Amino acid sequence: MRGLLARDVALAFRSGGGFGLGLAFFLIVVTLVPFGVGPEREVLARIAPGILWVGALLACLLSLDRIFALDHEDGSLDLLATAPVPLEGVVAIKALVHWLVTGLPLVVVAPVLGVILNLPPPAYGWLVISLLLGTPALSVIGAFGAALTVGLKRGGLLMSLLVLPLYVPTLVFGAELVSRGAAGLSVGTPLALLAGITTGSAALLPFAAALALRVNLRSPDAARCPAALPCPVQHGPPLNGPPRNGPACHGWRKLSQAVSWRRFHALVA
Amino acid sequence: MMPDLGRYALEVSAAYVGSLAMLAALVGWVWWRGLRTRRALEAVEMRAKRQ
Amino acid sequence: MTSRSQPSSLWEYANPVRFMRLSDWLLPVVALGAVVLTAIGLIWGFFLTPDDFRQGSTVKIIFLHVPSALMAINAWIMMLVASLIWLIRRHHVSALAAKAAAPIGAVMTLIALFTGAVWGQPMWGTWWAWDPRLPSFLILFLFYLGYIALWSAIDDADTAADLTSVLCLVGSVFALLSRYAAFFWSQGLHQGASLSLQPGTRMDWAYKAPLYVAMAGFVLIFVALLLAGTRTEIRARRMKALIARERMQA
Repeated sequence: MRGLLARDVALAFRSGGGFGLGLAFFLIVVTLVPFGVGPEREVLARIAPGILWVGALLACLLSLDRIFALDHEDGSLDLLATAPVPLEGVVAIKALVHWLVTGLPLVVVAPVLGVILNLPPPAYGWLVISLLLGTPALSVIGAFGAALTVGLKRGGLLMSLLVLPLYVPTLVFGAELVSRGAAGLSVGTPLALLAGITTGSAALLPFAAALALRVNLRSPDAARCPAALPCPVQHGPPLNGPPRNGPACHGWRKLSQAVSWRRFHALVA
Repeated sequence: MMPDLGRYALEVSAAYVGSLAMLAALVGWVWWRGLRTRRALEAVEMRAKRQ
Repeated sequence: MTSRSQPSSLWEYANPVRFMRLSDWLLPVVALGAVVLTAIGLIWGFFLTPDDFRQGSTVKIIFLHVPSALMAINAWIMMLVASLIWLIRRHHVSALAAKAAAPIGAVMTLIALFTGAVWGQPMWGTWWAWDPRLPSFLILFLFYLGYIALWSAIDDADTAADLTSVLCLVGSVFALLSRYAAFFWSQGLHQGASLSLQPGTRMDWAYKAPLYVAMAGFVLIFVALLLAGTRTEIRARRMKALIARERMQA
């Protein structure tokens, strides 16, 4: 697992790994908004927490499809799925790497951009804390979305549609935490809820993401599993037997199976 | 026959007309899809029988 | 094949043949009931209810707004249950029913949003308020869109059913969270649950009776469209199987 972590971080920092893109995107979003809104300092100060949070969220979204896509293309995801480490752990590591590469730099840069947006002084601490607490949730939720859409051709756009609604609670509590901090109000409730969302998603979503990955790896894909095609009807390798062909097919695992597709098709057709 | 809707006649009738139109569109879509699928299935079944 | 015997439990309808046979006669009955009850509820509500002393005739929008909002949420709950059944017991009809329910729920959400906007204009002076309930319905609509998009993006039926079920489970948790987040984020203009039992806020029977009828009508509309949609999905699946068999023999 530690080896995987080191490998992924190294890959991300290598040229073409996409590190820095999210950061640049964040910078551009935060620069563009004042041009759209106007230069009034009070207005900017009021909307700064929201801009910073939405910018961070979009920057996270930008790099999500890289979490699994590259590994899926070159087949190393299949190897990871059959490796002795649990797939849930792999997902958690991948999300952690995404956070280290995308989320953490955002946290570091956000106060600087807060200066541009005229964020009130008491809010800086809360901004860093809220992003530090909230961005891991963005990465984990994003890993789930990436796992759902990993096998798809044009998965990126679909993934945004799936992931953005899931980001709503994190965004609400994160931005609320900063604006309450800026106004000097008590921040206990949003702080606790934000932390709850992050810990809850970090604890549970890797399982959902791993389930989705297993389903995606199991799926019959003509390029990967040529031998799976001669099944009597269109479905994957037989669900209750051994995989029929070479190493590319190891990925699938059996979910609980009451009525097999074969039986279903026998009933329908 | 038409009740007196007072000041808000436009809003109330718009709500009813719009909602019923959306419902009708949904029903029409489900119906059309069902019909199309059934026709296509019948064609496939005919072919399957002939063989 | 045990399809001749009497069904001994609800699970028997996971058999598509049995489901088709049942829905063959159930669908017209439910559809008739849906048309009759909805017509009664809406005509009663539109023509025969008095104006509210504060809201004037706009109170009549409630007979569309509340039933559609009810079904928007219930359709998602039904999808959640169907997804669970699919994930746990692998009943294919259940997965197909969840697929068929999504567009219906999306349209119900749209109707609820539309009637709410039209109602909000004269009452609150704005089409759209960032009041907690409105955004949470908008988010629900986005969840429906994502669910439908995921279904249509995946070719393999088994994979699509599995992935959308997982999305539905996770989405339910987050939809609920978003709702609480929205309530936390703004205390709104929206009135609370219209049928709450608190004394004083209770509606008069003159409104309640047609509202209940309209709600029953919308439930039946949902069931009828759901049955029709599931039948279509089963037929589409059968067609796919037949075509695959044809290709094999060719």
